[in-house]
Amino acid sequence: MEETLKIIVLVKHVPDAQFDRHLSGEGYTTDRDESILSELDEYALEAALQLAEARGGAKAGNQVIALSMGPSGAVNAVKKSLQMGATEGVHLTDAALAGSDAAATSLALAAAIRHIGAVDLVLTGMASTDGETSLVPAQLAERLGLPQVTFASSLTVDGGRLTARRDADTFSETVEASLPAVVSVTDQINEPRYPNFKGIIAAKRKSISTLSLADIGVDPAHVGHAGSWTTVTSAAERPPRTAGTIITDEGDAGIKLVDFLAAQKLL
Amino acid sequence: MANVLVFIDNPGDALKKGSLELLTVARGLGETAVAVNGTLTGGVSATLAEYGVSAIFQPSAADLDDYLVAPKAAYLAAAAGAAGAGTVLLDNSPEGKEIAARLGIRLNAGVITDVVAVDADGTAHKSVLAGSYTTAAKATTPISVLTLKANSVTPEPAPAATAPQTSTIDVPAEGIAAAARITSREQKVASGRPDLTDARIVVAGGRGVDGDFGPVEQLADALGAAVGASRAATDAGWISHDAQVGQTGKTVSPQLYISAGISGAIQQKAGMQTAKVIVAVNKDAESPVFEIADFGIIGDLFDVLPQATEEIKKRKG
Repeated sequence: MEETLKIIVLVKHVPDAQFDRHLSGEGYTTDRDESILSELDEYALEAALQLAEARGGAKAGNQVIALSMGPSGAVNAVKKSLQMGATEGVHLTDAALAGSDAAATSLALAAAIRHIGAVDLVLTGMASTDGETSLVPAQLAERLGLPQVTFASSLTVDGGRLTARRDADTFSETVEASLPAVVSVTDQINEPRYPNFKGIIAAKRKSISTLSLADIGVDPAHVGHAGSWTTVTSAAERPPRTAGTIITDEGDAGIKLVDFLAAQKLL
Repeated sequence: MANVLVFIDNPGDALKKGSLELLTVARGLGETAVAVNGTLTGGVSATLAEYGVSAIFQPSAADLDDYLVAPKAAYLAAAAGAAGAGTVLLDNSPEGKEIAARLGIRLNAGVITDVVAVDADGTAHKSVLAGSYTTAAKATTPISVLTLKANSVTPEPAPAATAPQTSTIDVPAEGIAAAARITSREQKVASGRPDLTDARIVVAGGRGVDGDFGPVEQLADALGAAVGASRAATDAGWISHDAQVGQTGKTVSPQLYISAGISGAIQQKAGMQTAKVIVAVNKDAESPVFEIADFGIIGDLFDVLPQATEEIKKRKG
């Protein structure tokens, strides 16, 4: 019999980067009222769906679980994931989680993943589009004692092992790891699907379970602002760039460009 | 003074500028020990002495490069213990950040990435939200792990050289057990141009180059610049994905960023708006890039760039 997979995909709701974003309040955090599923997490979800579908999908017993941590708005990231084809959703939410840094986030996510249990693969996007620290996948792997494969641009699973391709600036490499493992995927790995009408209807019948810190056995003092290992002590908005000199090319703009560079001592 | 541990991965025959920057910052924070992975040459040891390093550690295992991240984090955790380090400094490469991430969990230490400056009290400065904010952050834990961006400080040797002792650190076996193994690696052909992330000047092309990066590359070469691209250009397959500047690509802060045929939407802006000087060339006067350009030219890049390239060559003689 073909192996079945139980995959958790971490999905995050982030402020829409198309609009101005601001830091405010205690801990200088972003406002998430107008938030969306992080675009980069869609690639992780698509990768999970493709692995599951290659093994007969949900009918054959494969599970793709979308897990999101955050306040009530985070459930939107889970709903979008269910519309795309995730089989179930988990929303980890607790007032004590607010302001968690990467260490505290990875602590809570690791506990939630252990609570879900018997997972073959944890998939994430290559970075969040807000915090941009990229620390959480590696910290999660360390906490779970699992191999990590970050920035995978291809991913195959066979016989309890995974093979992935990673591309760096100066080299490309192939890596192997035994399951379970934590894998982050790049935006080169696939083309995420759009939820279709059938998917949107089907999503309404799928369950989203809600977990609190008590459910997963995490002490509230170990997460949030209080449990974080880093603190932001000040934040200053950089003055917006202002437009400088704009000219229209009249046949000599290349020369004028060089004049500008010379005046700025950049030649 | 507190002790600081600096990680230098595969120093090669001579320390890179980024490593010298780490050593310079470390010396400002306390007595510096260095954990090296890979071959340690006499020349590198001599440079470490010039930079005032008091101790050098090497791993008991020679195969750390065969695995991803975890064994290096395990090695560094052991080295930090041996050094009694209150601060661990690493480079800000993708791998440096991931080693820092796992190390932070092992040491119960707060991790701060993308650091551009560190105060004597350990406060780290960085910019966030695509350069739109600068923040100061501090670890609340006894140990802090910081990754320092390249080109943050000017390297300076110590006033007096030291004579560091070298010792070996046992790498815990479980670090390797929980690691992905690299089974093959192919080097890419070197472009001969500066590294995009560290380059002083970047010339970038977008949708407007319409498949022909020639004018962009020629201007880059005349200026000794790196070549960058917008996501539209890399997605179209006109240039390697490595060249992408922006939210899903690289973040660059060069002295000069020349944007050619790029509209400058948020995805691109996120990667380059902290450049010191921005020059934009675009046919469309409504392009958002003109809102942030210090010097903008409304014109055809196929006219403007070659003319500028010729003029630079002429002036440089």
